[in-house]
Amino acid sequence: MIIAERKPLEDIKQMIAQYKKILLVGCGTCVTVCWAGGEKEVGILASQLRLAFRRDGGELETLEATVERQCEKEMVEELKDKIQQVEAVLSLGCGAGVQTIADRFEETPVYPALNTKFVGMPEREGLWIENCGACGDCFLDRTGGICPIVRCAKGLLNGPCGGTNKGKCEVDPEKDCAWTLIYRRLEKQGRLDLMRKYYPPRNFQAVVRPGKIEAQRV
Amino acid sequence: MTTGVEFLPCIVAFCCVHSAYQAADAAGRMRIPYPENIIMVHIPCAGRVDTLHILRAFENGADGVVILACHEGACHHILGNIRAKERVERANALLREIGVDGRRVEMRTCAPNDGSRFARVCHELEEKIKELGPSPLRKHA
Repeated sequence: MIIAERKPLEDIKQMIAQYKKILLVGCGTCVTVCWAGGEKEVGILASQLRLAFRRDGGELETLEATVERQCEKEMVEELKDKIQQVEAVLSLGCGAGVQTIADRFEETPVYPALNTKFVGMPEREGLWIENCGACGDCFLDRTGGICPIVRCAKGLLNGPCGGTNKGKCEVDPEKDCAWTLIYRRLEKQGRLDLMRKYYPPRNFQAVVRPGKIEAQRV
Repeated sequence: MTTGVEFLPCIVAFCCVHSAYQAADAAGRMRIPYPENIIMVHIPCAGRVDTLHILRAFENGADGVVILACHEGACHHILGNIRAKERVERANALLREIGVDGRRVEMRTCAPNDGSRFARVCHELEEKIKELGPSPLRKHA
């Protein structure tokens, strides 16, 4: 899923300083799960902003809404009535959510309250780890399901490098060496022969920005 | 003739029904006085208190907020008081971000039969909030 985190309050305050009434929009999917932009976070940020404005001698009126998926234009349609009542929208969705609302309601300024960070998975409650770089040329068949492109600090296709140290990475000793993990995984699967193969540089044209995929109807 | 009006802080106390709420009753039965400006909110467990409840209390004019929970290890719902503690820390961080002293929110524990501790905690809180002065988050007149 997409992992995001809230921007510093000061940045958010600066973005909306000129407005008196805004709509905060959460998203019920990825950012709800990573505690960044769900219904609860919308409530907390709205309250925090109202208090912050009051602290500075001003007043801010807020409306709140959370849609199931902010990245789908049909789902942001339900915001129509509320958006008509406000001067601006503060989105607690990922970058795709912000742009979906901005595209649908072009006359209303839409601001991001979150920084969209990476595609990741929960390691434990409250901790998310990046494990996919969305590179468009998946390499996981050769590495026992562990991505060296994002989990190796150097993104090596032919690892480990000389900096691996007792299973940890020389760049950050707190982090596991992805290629040691790959070795252990392939060893369990009896596929260590894959470690002896040389992989040429990957195809950097696999995803040309902006990415676009059109599925064939079935 | 005095011109100043004594500051009487408004303190919202979220009281767990299994401990602090009963302790308040115990204090009453024992005729132990505690400040009348403590607004008690009856909750089924300290774990019911959300960060948003704490912020809303400040929006509605509180000068301080306290969560009065069961002692650690004595929560009837096992982890309610531990969760409440985490939420108090979060609320503190959110208030600091606004520029408000995080000491305005705190968590205390007490046993259901300890009326004197309940009263003592309330007096301590009142003194502390008096020292901090009125909340800068109160709605401007």
